[in-house]
Amino acid sequence: MSRVVVGAHYGLRDWLAQRITAALMALYTVVVLWAILAGPALTYARWQELFAAGWMRVATLLFAASLAWHAWVGVRDILMDYIKPDGLRLALQVLVLLTIAAYLGWTIQILWR
Amino acid sequence: MSEAAAKKIRPRYLSLQALIFEIRLPLPGWVSILHRVSGALLFVAMVWLLWMLDRSLASEAGFDAVKRYAGLWPVKLSLLVLVWAYCHHFCAGIRFLFLDLDKGVDRETARATSVIVLVVSLALAAWLGVLLW
Repeated sequence: MSRVVVGAHYGLRDWLAQRITAALMALYTVVVLWAILAGPALTYARWQELFAAGWMRVATLLFAASLAWHAWVGVRDILMDYIKPDGLRLALQVLVLLTIAAYLGWTIQILWR
Repeated sequence: MSEAAAKKIRPRYLSLQALIFEIRLPLPGWVSILHRVSGALLFVAMVWLLWMLDRSLASEAGFDAVKRYAGLWPVKLSLLVLVWAYCHHFCAGIRFLFLDLDKGVDRETARATSVIVLVVSLALAAWLGVLLW
């Protein structure tokens, strides 16, 4: 049976990306939670030291990048399901993309200030 | 493809009203919709969480201010909701990964795992809530 496939073929890539980024973020969550909870009570010195570590900065940046892609696919799916007027959906999608870019930029600024 | 199947209108969209008031959602459905709700909530709340991360890392005074701020009950309650949202999104996400691999798709298993997801994420949220405060 032949199928008529329309669109830009980004469906499978995004579906897969959402799952791979989810696995990465889950791993980060467990590692960082452990790093925070395993030590003594959280003070500014400990908190600052944790985020000053090179591995933590890189891991957090990877987390933020994963989150950006993951959230884009997720929010886009929600908008595609519930927002019917094309113009409004497009406008909201642009807004979401800009928000994600801003989140990502802010995260980099926080990590390397 | 049979003629009957070809005539069915797919995909069928359900209105939000129908979803909320008319359809008795089975437990796996609750896990699914809460996965969406928690994801959307976390996305919107991200600006608030980033702001707190920013302040808490900027200086010792900022750290103390965020700590005091997080102690206010409306803030504490909101943070607890977000902690639950994260836990639910996490647990339900793992369940969906298994479903993608065709594991646990029969009705009994799917029901059992959805109960596990709901209970474990609530328990995790409660545990983290106690640890953080």
